[in-house]
Amino acid sequence: MADVVLEVEDLTVDFPTDDGIVHAVRGVNFTLERGQVLGIVGESGSGKSVTSLAIMRLLPKTARIGGAVRYDGRDILALPEKEMCQVRGREIAMIFQDPMTSLNPVYTIGWQLAEAVRAHHDVTKQEAWTRAVNLLELVGIPRARDRARNYPHEFSGGMRQRVVIAMAMANDPDVIIADEPTTALDVTVQAQILETLATAQAETRAAIVLITHDLGVVAGMADDVLVMYAGKPVEIGTVDEIYYHTRMPYTLGLLGSLPRLDAGGDERLTPIQGSPPSLINLPPGCPFSPRCPLSRAHCDEVEPDLRPVVGAAHLAACHYAEELSGDVVAAEVFEPTAADAGDVT
Amino acid sequence: MTEVRDDLPPPTAGAGHDPSPGGVQPGGPEREFTVEARSQLRMVVRRFMQHRLAVASLVVLVLVVIASLIGGRVWHFRFDAVGPDLSKPPSWKHPFGTDGIGHDTLAQVLHGAQKSVQVALLVAFVSTGFGTVLGAVAGYYGGKVDTLLMRFTDLVLSIPSIAFLAVLAAKVAHGSGNWLFIAFVLSALAWTYIARTVRATFLSLREKEFVEAARALGAKDRRIIFRHLLPNAVGPIIVSATIAVAVTILVETSLSYLGLGIQPPDTSLGLLISQNESAATTRPWLFYFPGLFIIIIALTVNFVGDGLRDAFDPTQTRVRA
Repeated sequence: MADVVLEVEDLTVDFPTDDGIVHAVRGVNFTLERGQVLGIVGESGSGKSVTSLAIMRLLPKTARIGGAVRYDGRDILALPEKEMCQVRGREIAMIFQDPMTSLNPVYTIGWQLAEAVRAHHDVTKQEAWTRAVNLLELVGIPRARDRARNYPHEFSGGMRQRVVIAMAMANDPDVIIADEPTTALDVTVQAQILETLATAQAETRAAIVLITHDLGVVAGMADDVLVMYAGKPVEIGTVDEIYYHTRMPYTLGLLGSLPRLDAGGDERLTPIQGSPPSLINLPPGCPFSPRCPLSRAHCDEVEPDLRPVVGAAHLAACHYAEELSGDVVAAEVFEPTAADAGDVT
Repeated sequence: MTEVRDDLPPPTAGAGHDPSPGGVQPGGPEREFTVEARSQLRMVVRRFMQHRLAVASLVVLVLVVIASLIGGRVWHFRFDAVGPDLSKPPSWKHPFGTDGIGHDTLAQVLHGAQKSVQVALLVAFVSTGFGTVLGAVAGYYGGKVDTLLMRFTDLVLSIPSIAFLAVLAAKVAHGSGNWLFIAFVLSALAWTYIARTVRATFLSLREKEFVEAARALGAKDRRIIFRHLLPNAVGPIIVSATIAVAVTILVETSLSYLGLGIQPPDTSLGLLISQNESAATTRPWLFYFPGLFIIIIALTVNFVGDGLRDAFDPTQTRVRA
């Protein structure tokens, strides 16, 4: 693999609570090459955000982090806090979910961007301000020079998210982690924000980790996809492999619960029954087994490991991945809900 | 890093006056961003100016303070000199009247106001500064640091100020310098309320996503506390500080009444009131003029604080009458 910038190896995160230890992340592995876009998808609580916060080392002190995160060959989990401050923002930047709260309400947009620049560069205030205005222009804020003097509350949600993206670009990082960048936004704005993100990537040539639960967002942006379930990756592959040659029932279920424009519009959505397991005291076996239509007795005994299914790069964690090799669609495996079935269309 | 920088227009191009659409608003000169740091201050001043009650209060307060500072030198009676006019009601010669042994009440009130304002402002500054830093650190870090600092605060809160002063007063020599001592003791007790308020504000502020965002940009704790969080806490801090001014004047009054505050021949507004309390019905000018000054100072400080708090809040757009 040429030019790997970020390597996550066997990352685990545990939170001790009064009810027991929550195994929020149970062994995540991935590598990120320069300029690559990796989409991480999964339900709420599958450990997507915790993974990203663990990489940034922004988790609360109570969290126990295991494994290794290597940036440029250095294990940043072992860095002292002071050096970690140099990595954050400069090498690895982060875009947060809610642009409404991720900007400081008492400072102007320009001030905050200039502050981000000055955090890692020894430049004068004026130079930082110039850079801030340029960044605003890059992310498509009209009349950037005037708008830089506005406060966050004078911006719309989409504009604020552009500002947040500009802030992530400010120090020209090698990796940008975008934690659900479009979730808090209007659907009509989402596409614009993704475009802005693409601009940011073209500008900084950074690798992007795009965390989302929106498979549509991933399909449009990502090169590779990592599907997470119950704190573990269950399928990794390129976008095409994941979408068209699915080898993991969970991924199939996710795809089946989305409406498709190219299917004539009269097929039923097939939701996945039940909800994800509690991450305290996980039973042995495959965590998806209680919700899986292909589940057998063996599934409840042994948890499947990620293994290559088609090529060397397409991995899935299912004992019976080969049963999906005919590229089945979700409706063939998952049953429509009872309510849905009684529905007259 | 430099690669991307090179793609961007050089600073002069971005900073210059190249005509960008809408860059120049008709009717207003284009502002240069070299004055950015000042323009934020200017905005605060402008907002404050829109708060008419606060502006009026500021004018009155400044007049009272100036009068108390230089009035004693200009006025032709000294506050500690006695004259031949005993217990005279207000007249042109003695606008505030005189007391039973011939002190000019105006001179006394001016001098008393000077001492009261000195004590109150000093207490407000010292206790706000100390309480803010302590509360900010406790609220931001939480956990053991918070427990330690807040139990210390509780300990100080449990000290009764009057008993504390009564013990200390016996140890310290009285004289013209003792207003500093009073201010010091009052500050040592007053910061607790501000520390608790600031801690509470920080507890909620530190959970905001912009704190995490700042950390994700590589900001260190000290920078987050003082650059990112403190400006968000300006509202409660200013309110606490103005309340501290008013409360200090009143506490000083009660201390003087008990004979533990400012000692004669020096005087303060509180001392004047306690000395002349029995004259309230027969020679009301002795009692009401110092009382009026206490009310004026306490009220105007509160209104000014109110205006400042609104001025520092950028989301506040309401223009008050």
